[in-house]
Amino acid sequence: MADLLTVQDLETRFRTREGMVHAVNGISFDLKEGETLGIVGESGCGKSVSVLSLLRLIPTPPGKVVAGTASYQGKDLLQMTDEEIRQVRGAQISMVFQDPMTSFNPVLTIGQQVAEPLEIHQGYSRAMAYDRAAEMLTMVGIPRAKERLNDYPHQFSGGMRQRVMIAMALICTPQILIADEPTTALDVTIQAQIVELAKRLQDELGMAIIWITHDLGIIAGLADRVNVMYGGYIIEKAPVKELYANPQHPYTIGLLASLPRVDESGRRRLASIDGLPPVLMEKPNYCPFAPRCSFAVEHCWKENPPLLQVGDRHTAACWVNPKTGGERV
Amino acid sequence: MTPTEALLRVDRLVKHFPITRGILIQRQIGAVHAVDDISFDVYKGETLGLVGESGCGKTTTGRTILQLYKPTSGSVYFEGRDLSKLSAEEMRKTRQRIQMIFQDPYASLNPRMTVGEIIAEPMLIHNTYNGKDRQERVAYLLKMVGLNSAFSNRYPHEFSGGQRQRIGVARALALDPSLIVCDEPISALDVSIQAQVVNLLEDLQRDLGLTYLFIAHDLSMVRHISNRVAVMYLGIIVELADRVDLYEDPLHPYTQALLSAVPIPDPVAEEKRRRTILEGDVPSPVNPPSGCRFRTRCPIAQPICAEIKPEFREVKPNHWAACHFA
Repeated sequence: MADLLTVQDLETRFRTREGMVHAVNGISFDLKEGETLGIVGESGCGKSVSVLSLLRLIPTPPGKVVAGTASYQGKDLLQMTDEEIRQVRGAQISMVFQDPMTSFNPVLTIGQQVAEPLEIHQGYSRAMAYDRAAEMLTMVGIPRAKERLNDYPHQFSGGMRQRVMIAMALICTPQILIADEPTTALDVTIQAQIVELAKRLQDELGMAIIWITHDLGIIAGLADRVNVMYGGYIIEKAPVKELYANPQHPYTIGLLASLPRVDESGRRRLASIDGLPPVLMEKPNYCPFAPRCSFAVEHCWKENPPLLQVGDRHTAACWVNPKTGGERV
Repeated sequence: MTPTEALLRVDRLVKHFPITRGILIQRQIGAVHAVDDISFDVYKGETLGLVGESGCGKTTTGRTILQLYKPTSGSVYFEGRDLSKLSAEEMRKTRQRIQMIFQDPYASLNPRMTVGEIIAEPMLIHNTYNGKDRQERVAYLLKMVGLNSAFSNRYPHEFSGGQRQRIGVARALALDPSLIVCDEPISALDVSIQAQVVNLLEDLQRDLGLTYLFIAHDLSMVRHISNRVAVMYLGIIVELADRVDLYEDPLHPYTQALLSAVPIPDPVAEEKRRRTILEGDVPSPVNPPSGCRFRTRCPIAQPICAEIKPEFREVKPNHWAACHFA
C-alpha cells in the first residue's frame, strides 16, 4: 500500500508562564491507504498534540509547530496557506473528538452541522446537503434520520452524538479520519457500538484511520499498526500482533503487564510502573523513560535513544534489549 | 443468610429522587428511580465489586449505604444494626467505621488545607488520637500509603493524581474503619498509575483486614480486585456471583453483553471473539420499562418480560440472577 501521509521530525512546543513545554519532540510516522494506525499513550504524552499539529489546529500562541514536515498528496500540510489547509480539513482529512457533549454547537441543529462540510467544500445546495446528511445519519445508525436533522445536540444521547460526529466527519468521504479518543467518554456497551461502526464504515468507504487512545484494549481489536508514545516521543512502532506478542520497549512491556484482563481467571499482582510521567519543561538529553525504567543502564542517562530496528517492521527507542538486559548494538 | 454473617447487609434498598415543578408551591411530578429494591451482603474481609454503566445507580447505592442520602425505603444493616434507625449521634459514631474513597482526586481534597490537616481532620472531628499522637498517626498513615511523611506540610496541588488518591486513602484510614466504600477510585488515573493504587488497596486489605465495596465501571479491574461481583442495570442488581463464576458463566443477558463488549489487550484473542452488540441506549430512570428493565435492549426478550418482573433468584448455588430465562 502506498503512503498516504508521511510525517517527519514533527516538533511542537507551548510557551507557558512556567516556561516552554515540549509537547512533541520530533516524531516521524507514516499512514498507508486504508489502514488503521493506533497511537497509544497516557495523558500528556503528546498524542493529541501531534495530530492537531498536522491539521494546524494548535492555537498559536501559545503553541507552535517549530519543525517538521507532513507530506500529503505531494504537499506539506505544515507549509500550506490557511486557505489551502481549509480545503483539506473536513474534506480530505477530518477529525472526531473525544467529548461528544462539547464538540457540537448547541444552538445549531444537527442538520445544519452535519450538512455544513458539503456546503463549504463541495458547493451543495442546502436541500441536497440535507438529503445527503440524512443518508449519512442513517448509515451511522440514527433512526428516523430525516426528522432528527431538525433536532439540537442536547436531544441526542452521548453515543448517538458520537455517531452524529462520525457522520459529520465522513460526509465528504475523506481519505483520512482522525479519531481522538472517540470512545473515552462513553460506556463500554456504547463503545463497542462505535468501534463496530468505525470498522464497518472503513470497509464501506475505504478511508485510513488514525485512532488515538490510552486504551490498549481497544487498539488490540482495531488497529493494523501501533505507535506507542511517551513524553512527546514515539518510543515503539510495530504491527499490532507483533507489539502485543513481543513488546520491546520497557514502557510498553510495563503498560501491558499492568492491565488486568477480563478473560483472566487467575489472580496475580499487577505489575506497576513506579514513579510519574515526565514533566515536559525540558527536552531531555537522556531517555525520557529512564527515571522509571528497571532496565536502565548508564548509556540511557547519556543519550536519548532513537528508534532502533528490533524486528521486521518493528522499532523501539531503547538501548537495552529487555529479553537479555544487555545493550543493543 | 442472617445479618450476623455479613458486615454490611443491604435489604430491599430503594432511593428515588423526586422531580418537582413550581417555585413557591412545589409539587412532585415524578421521580428518578436511581436505586429500586436491591439487596446484597458484604462479608467481613471481602471485596464486593459493584459494576454497571453510568447512570445505573451504583454511586447512589454507595452514598445511600453511608446514609449520605436518606433511603426512600429499605434498610442498611452495618455490624447488625439498622443505620436508618440510629440517632444522629449514633450515626456519627458509626461513620468512623465506614469510610469512603472518592472518584475525583482533584475535587475531593480541600485545596486550602495541607495534606497533614486533611488526613488529621477526621481525627479532629471524632476527637481521637489527641495531641502528639495525631501528628504521629498522620506520619504513619502517609508512610502506609507510600508517601513521604515529610509531605504533610504540602498542599494538594503539589501532588499528582495518583498521589492525591493515596492521600484520599490515608484520610479514609485515619479512623480505623472496617468498611471502605471505594467509589470509582482509579477511573480518573492514568493506566500506569492505576495498578499502583490497586496494589496499595490490596496490600492494605491484607494488612488491616479491611472490607471493600468497590464501585467501578472497569470490568477488567473489578474482576481483578473482587471476591464477588454484583452487576447493576438501571437501578437494580441483575446478577450477583463469585468473581470467577460471574465472568466465566454469566447468566443474565446484560452481563453477557457487557462482558463481550470489554476489549481485551490481545489482538489474537480479539480476533476470535464474538461480540453481542446491544442496540440503543439505557432507558431513562424516570420512567423505567415495565417488567424486566433490560427487555428494551435484550437480545432474547419475550412478551413475558414486559409483563412480569423477573425475580432475583439463586439460579445456582451462590449465583443470583434476575432473568426469566437464566
